[in-house]
Amino acid sequence: MSAVVFAHHRMSPAERVRDAAWVAFVALLLGIPLIGLTTVDAGGRLEVSTRFGMLALFVAIAFGGRIALRATVDHFKARKLARQQARGASEATAASTTRRVSTWLGWFALGASIGLPILFSDNRYVVDTATTVLIYVMLGWGLNVVVGLAGLLDLGYVAFYAVGAYSYAILATEHGWGFWQALPVSGAMAATFGILLGYPILRLRGDYLAIVTLGFGEIIRIILVNWTDFSGGPNGISSIPRPSFFGLEFTRRPAEGEQSFAAFFGLDYSPMQRLIFLYYLILVLALLTHVFVSRLRRLPVGRAWEALREDEIACRAMGMNTTNIKLSAFAIGAMLGGFAGVFFAARQGFISPESFVFTESAIVLAIVVLGGMGSQLGVVLAAALLVLIPEFGRNFAEYRMLLFGAAMVLIMVWKPGGLLSHREPTVRLGQREETPA
Amino acid sequence: MSTLLSVRNLTMRFGGLTAIDDLSLEVPAGRITGIIGPNGAGKTTLFNCLTGFYKPTSGTLRLAHPHHGEMRLEALASHKVVRDAQVVRTFQNIRLFPKMTVLENLIVAQHNVLQRASRFSIAGLFGLAAYREAEAAALDRAATWLERLGLVDLADHAAGDLPYGIQRRIEIARALCVDPVLLCLDEPAAGLNPRESAELNELLLYLCRERGVAILLIEHDMSVVMNVSDHIGVINYGRKIAEGTPEAVRNDPQVIKAYLGEDEDEAQAGGAAA
Repeated sequence: MSAVVFAHHRMSPAERVRDAAWVAFVALLLGIPLIGLTTVDAGGRLEVSTRFGMLALFVAIAFGGRIALRATVDHFKARKLARQQARGASEATAASTTRRVSTWLGWFALGASIGLPILFSDNRYVVDTATTVLIYVMLGWGLNVVVGLAGLLDLGYVAFYAVGAYSYAILATEHGWGFWQALPVSGAMAATFGILLGYPILRLRGDYLAIVTLGFGEIIRIILVNWTDFSGGPNGISSIPRPSFFGLEFTRRPAEGEQSFAAFFGLDYSPMQRLIFLYYLILVLALLTHVFVSRLRRLPVGRAWEALREDEIACRAMGMNTTNIKLSAFAIGAMLGGFAGVFFAARQGFISPESFVFTESAIVLAIVVLGGMGSQLGVVLAAALLVLIPEFGRNFAEYRMLLFGAAMVLIMVWKPGGLLSHREPTVRLGQREETPA
Repeated sequence: MSTLLSVRNLTMRFGGLTAIDDLSLEVPAGRITGIIGPNGAGKTTLFNCLTGFYKPTSGTLRLAHPHHGEMRLEALASHKVVRDAQVVRTFQNIRLFPKMTVLENLIVAQHNVLQRASRFSIAGLFGLAAYREAEAAALDRAATWLERLGLVDLADHAAGDLPYGIQRRIEIARALCVDPVLLCLDEPAAGLNPRESAELNELLLYLCRERGVAILLIEHDMSVVMNVSDHIGVINYGRKIAEGTPEAVRNDPQVIKAYLGEDEDEAQAGGAAA
């Protein structure tokens, strides 16, 4: 047995030969009946004939193949071991490398996202898809507060997205509010719903929490479907006003007394102007979200969220009010989802309960988990992947979702902790002076 | 010696099971009080009542707080026991924040102070001076305890990746960052090797003698509990069966019986007498 099992120590050449000889011997035993002896049709009856030449070749191949396989496996094992040793020896350098790569990736992503609409200024599809990616990035960053940092599994996140979207839609269509007026109000509305949801489920954790939040998401959607007077029911709300650029509208013929963006800057009217404006709008919103969340993470409240994820009982033993910590996580996460919802309503111009189904929650959660719980950059990568894979998959028609699922499974196999699972400490002893406030 | 905590007629029932039965105990200020007893005697339940994790069925827990006067611990929620009364505990099975670094663990312990300084994150978000100062002070305090417990080199490591003995020390360091009036240690020597237990003894004596922290210590390791305790209470089946100096407790027949059982002859004699 021992000869066939992959040994853990480094083998000497003699051992390699012995190991291969064992395999060759087994091959010989198997090969005698399978290859060495064969039946031939000799004038109507079967005769056994021997093929010892072929058998010898088979045994030789087994011998050589075994040596080659062993050598390859050993080579990779040694490399892995060396990597691990190097990591153990200089964990700090490895961490700082990850940090450097992350920083570099982050700046690259920022540069690319600013430059994208300039490069593709006449490609409606690219700008539209990029906007969708950014909406999911923003949703991912919002949910990251709840799931990634505070460790509260929320399967009904889309509810807050819906609250934000409907708040803006109703404020804008029925009360004539502008985008920028409605944005903070809708965010506050979503945060209120976050607290409303958070309060009854303070004592729940894990699976139970997931089920209740899932139910909450469905309740919101079903209310939107059925309360026709309020939300328009399944027909949704249409002709939601688009945001304007400091009062300049993106229309060919602006309303009486208004000026259009194109006319003001002396440009020819093009529908792309609005798309690119919307793209930059969500980019700014997303970046603000990023700055906000990463600063919060380094504040007491952010550390408290992470501590809550790690051990709730220890939190209480350290004098922390876990009720407030949970509610603040729900409120902040919901508020960010609400902001994304407002943008979504403003971009689409039409919303209906169809847009706020459970699948959306699942996708946002998948973004957070695939990105690496708590990692801001991971969310960006995962959001890009999860939006782009189905887009590329359009060529594969009905296999599209299959491809999507396979990609998710592959990522989870390859990187079980998420794409970027490295956790950056919020404070270090070595750099006390440059601690960000 | 003044009394810091006085436990009066404490009873804790879980349905039909009486985990603590009419227990009374005095914990003097600035001393180390040991609590011993066989497994399942109710020692950890006592801690859970003390730190607000359980609400006692009856009885009182009066704390003579040096700054806030008398406080009734049984009426406080668990986070308030720590925040307001500064009674802090550690756990039998270590409860650190494993993915956070050692330093972060110690900073999280100072959450309430920092949260107040950050004005519910508003001052913190804008990096105002008041918050920056508070954070620097918190880091200083953490660094002081890290240094005292020999953890400075490990400050930026994830707490969960460190060896067991070190995790025990981190948990104590974290509790010390709350600036405790009464420190409740639940089996701090469990899983430590003899050298580590000796270090623990030295640390406990330092905290008590130099820092004036009163310590309530649940411990099975007699080399720790007998060497450092000024006073020992013995609990069995939720009742206090003996109390006194380490020597007195060591020779108490009730205690020997609780730990070693009684001889068959004695048991029969006792049974006949009853």
